Amino acid sequence: MNDSVYDGLLGGDSSQWAFGTDFEDPLAGVDTSVPAGIDAAELAAYCLMLGDDTLVLSQRLSEWCSRAPELEEDIALANMALDLLGQARLLLARAAAADPACVPSLPAGSPVPDEDALAFFRDAGQFRNVRMAEVPNGDFAHVVVRLLLFSNARLAILSRLRDSADAVLAAVAAKGVKELTYHRDWAGRWFVTCAQGTEESRRRLIDALGMLWPLYDELFAAHPVERSLAAAGAGVDPETVRAEADVVLDQVFAVADVPRPPLVGVRGRTGRDGLHTEALSLMLAEMQVVARAHPSGRW
Amino acid sequence: MVSVRERAAAVAAEVRDPEMPMLTLADLGVLRDVQVDGDTVVASITPTYSGCPAMATMRDDLVHRLTDAGFARVEVRVVLSPAWSSDWITEHGRAALRAAGLSPPGPAPRSSGPVPLTLGPARRALTCPLCGSSRTEPVSEFGATACKALYRCADCLEPFDHVKEI
Ligand SMILES: [Zn+2]
Repeated sequence: MNDSVYDGLLGGDSSQWAFGTDFEDPLAGVDTSVPAGIDAAELAAYCLMLGDDTLVLSQRLSEWCSRAPELEEDIALANMALDLLGQARLLLARAAAADPACVPSLPAGSPVPDEDALAFFRDAGQFRNVRMAEVPNGDFAHVVVRLLLFSNARLAILSRLRDSADAVLAAVAAKGVKELTYHRDWAGRWFVTCAQGTEESRRRLIDALGMLWPLYDELFAAHPVERSLAAAGAGVDPETVRAEADVVLDQVFAVADVPRPPLVGVRGRTGRDGLHTEALSLMLAEMQVVARAHPSGRW
Repeated sequence: MVSVRERAAAVAAEVRDPEMPMLTLADLGVLRDVQVDGDTVVASITPTYSGCPAMATMRDDLVHRLTDAGFARVEVRVVLSPAWSSDWITEHGRAALRAAGLSPPGPAPRSSGPVPLTLGPARRALTCPLCGSSRTEPVSEFGATACKALYRCADCLEPFDHVKEI
């Protein structure tokens, strides 16, 4: 007899682990050696920046589950969250492979894979995501505007990152472009629909744009690591894609007949430096609580 | 005389996709390579979408099927480049999709420079896999799994899944 009804579940198989059975490295068999001329620590820092963007935004999109106005849009948001989570998983795994020193240390024997250690065992100040990704959800117009601004900027970056000197980043970008294209089209269509819908939907859209616009500039503010990786041919300096991204955004604004808000510049430290809004800590507290309670992966 | 590699490749090719079980991994184009290295079979697979949750199941199924077929050691590797394209779904796979009531993908867009924006509804000339009507309309570009869009037939009024072009 087992003392607890749950004891019988803990046999020799791996289903007892808090992290599921899917332990294997998402980069199993992929050559993760760092190309010559690229600083491994900088490459890891760069992958964390891009990976944290998609991880944090994915978590925000997941919060929409069961709350969207229609079942189809609920499924659309969940699908986009999954794409971004998949990109995050690869990017965080790539960061860990490039520079194992960036991975938080866990108790000896912990089965937590490196990308999960990075996702669940860093504090807000160690996250490198842009603040556009972390601000709390608002109404449906808010998620539409956030996805349009983010996916448009990210698509411009990824379409160039396909030529990265780092083969892993180039591969993640090539797939990411295909996925983000669908995300941006979805957001663009809803942006126009809300703008051209009722007085109420237009008011909400313009309110959401007003709320998120101050975070737009940060999407293109280059951190020294981004500049350095771009110079080495492995990364993309976001400043260099701004004009291209703005052209697309202006197309959406024109069709929607929504005036482009005046530029609000970003100054000083940003999310890339670990400076975040309070909302990120609160989000991470919820996202990380189970993993942190069981760092050895045992219930 | 069938070589060991050919026998391993044939077993691996018959493993089915967990989300679209009418397709084998070979039909779907995710099985990229099967090699035999000493007593180890090395199978290479590529994800359809970055977050494809079926990768772990595909890997486990490959290991089980090959082990059951008598191969002592099986290693499954991930190949990220070139990225999977719906163009890799075989003719056999497309027929299997149709037979199961799904609409197969058209040609995938090819892009190298900046990606064009599409604000209108997706324009695809689809045939309803249930009644053959060409009067179809998109319901959502996002369906039950990452790789499908949801459509509706204006004649038989049934909804159906369309495998997206990527
Ligand atoms: Zn029909």
